[in-house]
Amino acid sequence: MLKLNKSDTLLFVIVAAMVLLAPFILNPFPQGSSLAQMFNAGYPDLMQRFVIFGILVIGFNILFGLTGYLSFGHAAFLGIGSYSAVWMFKLLSMNVIPALILSMIVAGIFSLAIGYVSLRRSGIYFSILTLAFAQMSYNLAYSVLGNPSSSYNLTNGETGLQVYSNDPQYFASSSAPDTPHLFGLAMSDSSKLDIGSWQFTFNNGYYMSGILMLVAFYISIRIFRSPFGMMLRAVKSNQQRMNYTGLNTKPYTLAAFVISGMYAGLAGGLLSSMDPLAGAERMHWTASGEIVIMAILGGVGTLIGPIVGAGFNEYFKNILSKINDGILHQWLSFLPDGLENFIVGILHYFVGKGWHLTLGLLFMMVIIFLPGGLVEGGQRLAKLFKRKKTEDGSDSNNTPAK
Amino acid sequence: MGILEVKNVGKRFGGLQALGDVNLSVAENSVHAIIGPNGAGKSTLLNCLVGKLIPDTGSVMFDGQSVLGRKPYEINQMGISRVFQTPEIFGDLSVLENMLIPCFAKRDGAFHLSAFKNMLADKEMVERAQHMLEEMNMAGKHAMNAAALSRGDKRRLEIGMCLSQEPRLLLLDEPTAGMARADTNNTIDLLKQISDERDITIAIIEHDMHVVFSLAERITVLAQGTPLVEDTPDNIKGHPKVREAYLGETQDAA
Amino acid sequence: MDQILLQILNGLDKGSAYALIALGLTLIFGTLGVVNFAHGALFMIGAFCAVTLQRILNISTITEDPTKTDFLGNPAKIKTPIVETWFGPEVGASIIDWSVPLAIFFAIPIMAAVGIIMERGLIKHFYKRPHADQILVTFGLAIVLQEVIKAIYGANPIPTPAPEAFRGSFDFGTYIGFEANAIIYPYWRMVYFAFSAIIIAAVFAFLQFTTFGMVVRAGMADRETVGLLGINIDKRFTIMFAIAACVAGLAGVMYAPINSPNYHMGMDFLVLSFVVVVVGGMGSLPGAVLAGFMLGILEAFASMNQVKAIFPGIDQIIIYLVAIIIILTRPRGLMGRRGVMEE
Repeated sequence: MLKLNKSDTLLFVIVAAMVLLAPFILNPFPQGSSLAQMFNAGYPDLMQRFVIFGILVIGFNILFGLTGYLSFGHAAFLGIGSYSAVWMFKLLSMNVIPALILSMIVAGIFSLAIGYVSLRRSGIYFSILTLAFAQMSYNLAYSVLGNPSSSYNLTNGETGLQVYSNDPQYFASSSAPDTPHLFGLAMSDSSKLDIGSWQFTFNNGYYMSGILMLVAFYISIRIFRSPFGMMLRAVKSNQQRMNYTGLNTKPYTLAAFVISGMYAGLAGGLLSSMDPLAGAERMHWTASGEIVIMAILGGVGTLIGPIVGAGFNEYFKNILSKINDGILHQWLSFLPDGLENFIVGILHYFVGKGWHLTLGLLFMMVIIFLPGGLVEGGQRLAKLFKRKKTEDGSDSNNTPAK
Repeated sequence: MGILEVKNVGKRFGGLQALGDVNLSVAENSVHAIIGPNGAGKSTLLNCLVGKLIPDTGSVMFDGQSVLGRKPYEINQMGISRVFQTPEIFGDLSVLENMLIPCFAKRDGAFHLSAFKNMLADKEMVERAQHMLEEMNMAGKHAMNAAALSRGDKRRLEIGMCLSQEPRLLLLDEPTAGMARADTNNTIDLLKQISDERDITIAIIEHDMHVVFSLAERITVLAQGTPLVEDTPDNIKGHPKVREAYLGETQDAA
Repeated sequence: MDQILLQILNGLDKGSAYALIALGLTLIFGTLGVVNFAHGALFMIGAFCAVTLQRILNISTITEDPTKTDFLGNPAKIKTPIVETWFGPEVGASIIDWSVPLAIFFAIPIMAAVGIIMERGLIKHFYKRPHADQILVTFGLAIVLQEVIKAIYGANPIPTPAPEAFRGSFDFGTYIGFEANAIIYPYWRMVYFAFSAIIIAAVFAFLQFTTFGMVVRAGMADRETVGLLGINIDKRFTIMFAIAACVAGLAGVMYAPINSPNYHMGMDFLVLSFVVVVVGGMGSLPGAVLAGFMLGILEAFASMNQVKAIFPGIDQIIIYLVAIIIILTRPRGLMGRRGVMEE
């Protein structure tokens, strides 16, 4: 099916089913219950972030996972995509299609220029070059390009770029909604389904982003299995042998860089399509670092890893930041009071506003003990399980791991 | 006129004259060995042939075309393949993929953006790669990770990868360095078979006299960056100048 | 002329901080071969050592003064810092006033301990891993350290003043023959520059004139050979890591009055310091120092209104621009050695 081999098709179908049924899967607890408040993730804002960051990390993985070039400035393309999309809203109309197309094109042009220069060096020098370019973009977006009184105010600085009522919007029709929409279908609109005490929300923006993520995922599978993908893995493995095998590594790495830049641009455009407000903080280098973290958490160089990493990161960020001392006390009420207070006192630093700390620690653990990320963890578990079941496990896989 | 013509090539590194005035002609379909003591400039010469270094003076012509100033991948596309002293293969990739890469490079050139084709569905390429693996007696190991191969197998794989490009000139840089006797003999047999069965020119840089005298049809002796003498193996063996400058010393040392 | 001199002076304080952090980064990179993204965090921890000492010195006993009442009619509470009760009000007050310089002595053992724990506990296990892994794990550590600091000290910057004697500015121009008010310069920045010059000189003297330093320098040049000599190079490298941590920490302590410490100051300085290291040449100590001052001064010049009028925004990007040009044209940086990080 879809020109994919059996296991890839299965993987794709599973991911597609999860994306389409996410409003059910992510809302396992009935509305209003305390568990629902904590663990339900089936609301539009969060689901949108799952799939949009999924796109971003899938793209990043095509660069870092296949070629091994560690870009520490990928958030720049996300930001550029966001700004481009909002400009389309300001100039044309609130329809998301031109916005998404432009965000990919502009991010593609930027990544072509930045990649062309940065890829002249490898290793840490490449990382620092991308970091330098990204910080330049961030600083410019915050200062000169964001000064409302200057003639080239492209980003609107700290306020963030947004749509105002006096913007031209040359193609806006009066019947269309005044929020981002797809031919009249507002991104922020949802339909709700009540079954018993459960409530499920189906949001337009989520489904559009989700379908785009499936397309992005499908393309990445095809790239992984293509001769081009093999060449990218060869770049990571041995550039010397590549050069002496008559292959020019530069256009390969540059193509990977531009593709991943365009993925990031699309993700940025989608963020703006869900909420038409673009700020420079999306481009800060720590945001680039977060992209790296998501990729590593999931499993670099694997197909499903980026989606797992992005989902995991966003989900736990969400849960951890919701937990407060009251909830901790509630959970630990079975303990003797002194011990309870002591444990809550310690956990206090890891939840709520301290979620960064928990994720930072988790990230370190993964790099130290599980370089292949959660996917490798899952594979190890599966192997352990398999070995228990059958002793004749002679499964050899010559394609890269899922 | 040989397939490879090296004329008046010189190369300096700072104060060190690595290559003096090298003239060398490698005849088509021959096996030509370049020997010499350590520091004689063998590796420098080789690097000048494949585009890693650019000589200060002189010219290097391959099949009537100059290779100077071309990048290594361009020179490879002209028909020169190189085997390294320690096997350079794609360790993270499977053996089959290792073999597929040069096949694609041969057919599609230095860069080809085929991001949507399934690599394994390309029958022509897969068959060619598998055929070459069979020829190298490695068909059973196609799914293995190349890094997990034994040293001898890595060497065979690398040679196979070079051959799958059907090069006109195969350059080998001490292909048996650090190998056990049995592996060395296997490699000699393999190279003999390659030169007998194919229209291919082999130029080999070697330290091991056993390898050189079992393979080469002509030998150039390099000393201190200049060719001392060039002749057939039999004549080289008896050549007083060579004995004095090279063979006598290394045999004692070895 | 006075304008140029003023900008050079303006660049010195940031340049000093860049130089000190870059020096430590280079020490770690040159000796251990590790790319340490947590180095900015060490700078930040140093700054918070100053904050901590200031707080410790301000720990007070509260007494009630029945003769005075506050506006609610309750007896007024008088806070007396313990140091003032111990050493008498005057000495105690000046100890508190001098808390930032005093924090140097407070920070040295702390930074050394942090450095040793970091190296033995984490970095040691990453010597054989690829540079990308080193970058990532130290980046993770940097996040953790900054979050720990945030959890303890909060998210807001904490003003940490310099001693009374060094607050305010002085007319530097008159000392060197300029008109009055031509070059007004804050005292503390002068102190900071002098302090960093001393630290840099001390590090170089240590490497140059002690046997320990000689071995470390030899190890930086060729680790394997030194290892073959039977010298326990690992232990020395651990000590070097601690020294590098101290250098970064002290840079942070003294920087506290210039820029009120906040939890993200490490990340802010880290990127720039890395750029400095690359511009100076990876593994080159003099290069790191030179590039630190050079870029600091360049940044100051780019902030001049006359320059900004011609190139708007140049002050924001000048350092990165220089770094990109240097990496592309001189991959070894200004003074780097051949073969460092050139895979």
